[in-house]
Amino acid sequence: MIITNKHLTELVPPMIHKLPVDQTGAIIDITAENLQDKLLVTNPRNRSAYFGLKQTTPARLGMGRVGTRYRTASVLRLRADHAAAQDSVWQEVPETFVRSMNMLPLQSSCRDESDYLTRPDHGRKLTPAAVATVKSQLPTHPTVLIAVGDGLSSRAITANVAQVIPAIKRGLAHEAISVGKIPFIKYCRVGIEDQLGDLTHADVVCLLIGERPGLVTPKSMSAYVAYRPTVGMPEARRTVISNIHPGGIHANDAGADIATLIVEMLTHQASGLALKQQLVVK
Amino acid sequence: MNLKVKLSGHYYQFKSVKEVLAKANEQKSGDQLAGIGAANAQERIAAKVVLSQLTLSDLYNHPAVDYDQDEVTRIIIDDLDTRVYSQIAAWTVTQLREWLLAPDTTNEMIHQISRGLTSEMIAAVCKLMTNLDLITAAAKIINEKTANTTIGRPGTFSSRLQPNHPTDNLSGIMASTMEGLSMGIGDAVIGLNPVSDTVSSVTNILNAFDRFVTRWQVPTQTCVLAHVTTQMAAIEKGAPSGLIFQSIAGSQKANTAFGIDAHLIDSANKLGQQALKNSGPNVMYFETGQGSELSANANFDADQVTMEARCYGFARHYDPFIVNTVVGFIGPEYLYDAKQVTRAGLEDHFMGKLSGLAMGCDVCYTNHMQADQNDIENLALLLANAGCTYIMGVPQADDVMLNYQSTGYQETAAIRQLLNKRPIAEFDQWLEKMGISMNGRLTDRAGDATLFLERELIK
Repeated sequence: MIITNKHLTELVPPMIHKLPVDQTGAIIDITAENLQDKLLVTNPRNRSAYFGLKQTTPARLGMGRVGTRYRTASVLRLRADHAAAQDSVWQEVPETFVRSMNMLPLQSSCRDESDYLTRPDHGRKLTPAAVATVKSQLPTHPTVLIAVGDGLSSRAITANVAQVIPAIKRGLAHEAISVGKIPFIKYCRVGIEDQLGDLTHADVVCLLIGERPGLVTPKSMSAYVAYRPTVGMPEARRTVISNIHPGGIHANDAGADIATLIVEMLTHQASGLALKQQLVVK
Repeated sequence: MNLKVKLSGHYYQFKSVKEVLAKANEQKSGDQLAGIGAANAQERIAAKVVLSQLTLSDLYNHPAVDYDQDEVTRIIIDDLDTRVYSQIAAWTVTQLREWLLAPDTTNEMIHQISRGLTSEMIAAVCKLMTNLDLITAAAKIINEKTANTTIGRPGTFSSRLQPNHPTDNLSGIMASTMEGLSMGIGDAVIGLNPVSDTVSSVTNILNAFDRFVTRWQVPTQTCVLAHVTTQMAAIEKGAPSGLIFQSIAGSQKANTAFGIDAHLIDSANKLGQQALKNSGPNVMYFETGQGSELSANANFDADQVTMEARCYGFARHYDPFIVNTVVGFIGPEYLYDAKQVTRAGLEDHFMGKLSGLAMGCDVCYTNHMQADQNDIENLALLLANAGCTYIMGVPQADDVMLNYQSTGYQETAAIRQLLNKRPIAEFDQWLEKMGISMNGRLTDRAGDATLFLERELIK
């Protein structure tokens, strides 16, 4: 050990509290904190008014600075939220989940996740093997075909599907409409429902698919529903119910909404813009 | 015109200038998606060699979309200064590259040559430049434009304050605005991307901005980035806007997908000259980004760098105040990862500058792209060194409305301090008057949004 005789500047650490630990001794989950309750600005002119400003927006306000840079706590939180979003894109829906939901596993023409991200055209088309499976295992001319696709977020599927599907089935049961086997498509883009429409001749196809994750939540799912979808049809023929996640439209409510929508499509024999126009006319 | 080359023992015969331009591009997932990119690394370099020997007249004679078929091509060709062009028509692309990089080539000389360059020539020379070439050449070019204040002066680095809100809540928008201003952000423009594209909503937000800017005497311009027709309707009814915004693309067909054409932008520009809160003469604000033409199925088999260059050829016709590429917003099917976004950001900035624009960049990424905040900080710093006019300012880089990440208020502050740059002079003086900065450095008061609540509370 070296002991210097030179004059030393006193080294003063900035006043920053350590993160608390939970009852197991683990450092608390920083993503569980509500950012709107957190103010890191040093000596704001009006502390209570700052909290008031923060209540008006989910934007990351009042996160403070150290010189021209961010505080450590806010950097870690941003990176944690981004990491959850990234992992949700790259993680696959577990096979055990697909099995436990008794879904029929299929795959689009994408080789892997990277091919999925760069080739939307591949994600809109089933492999020849998957086409054969659809033909042999799914009924033709069903009233409704419900399908699930991973899309851009695996966590959207695992967080919502187990509740949404029973809710849709309950809603349709009121109208005596039954739902058959549900396919699960890996590396799925929205347009694949058009091919499913052509293969099964379903009256209505409803595809539940994971949305591109944002930092607010990686669990957002959408339902793309279309009346007699067919490859090459205009996008305007789809009706979308989006923002299905625990902090948005709750799975049970979304399921009921989807069932109502399906019944409307069957009644009016239309979907998307055409359905909207018919409902306005009424 | 020679489209045949031997490289490392192999012969390559290209069929067209368009094919050479596409294959000479650095690797981009969008060019691969379009099926026009180089098949491998060697073919890419073979195309670059062929391109290096093409003349500027070869490029003039082969626009990405035919003159008769496309109004963007017609604007680019018709705006050309033929006296300048005739001087340089026989130059090779190599000669243009080395002329731009030569130490005795000045800003004034580049301004002159710019009037004789079509977008295809600008794209071509871009493809022969390395990243540091793009930075070196762009850093020479000074493009100053004036609205209420003058942007692009040497020694300045500006920012757009982007106070987006998921429901257009006025209090929330103003909260982000106040914190941004307290960090020295917003000298380029205070510009909001609205959720609701209606005249009444746009008018309400413009009024809120105007009340604030008037009350605190902030020397800047304000804008709500709705569709151009919505803004025009609001402005015609008296809404106080500082600029008129529109997203643009590099072909007439792609512009149709955006719901615009040259005539409409011309009308917007004319309206802007008369009816804006802007002392002028520059009143337009455009955004671009590689890949938008392909996504509208309107790229005519041309690569995304060439189509992007044409956006700037179209933009300069209207002499806009500011233009920025939204470089990483489009997704990994066009720009796969941080490497491709970095390259695209430097390309777009260089091409915009060489086209004569006060060029900024929304340095950004989406969550399905292989990039993170470190990559974005890197690109922002590279661009600032290239003389980039402005970047975005979003609270901690997280846009809660558009669901992507850009640059935060702190990025502009850090870059200004590192590179010894200042905001636009009038804005800089206003920051000093407010006690937010002193001699170009943030004071202890900076970064406190409640600074702007004080007067309200005292009243």
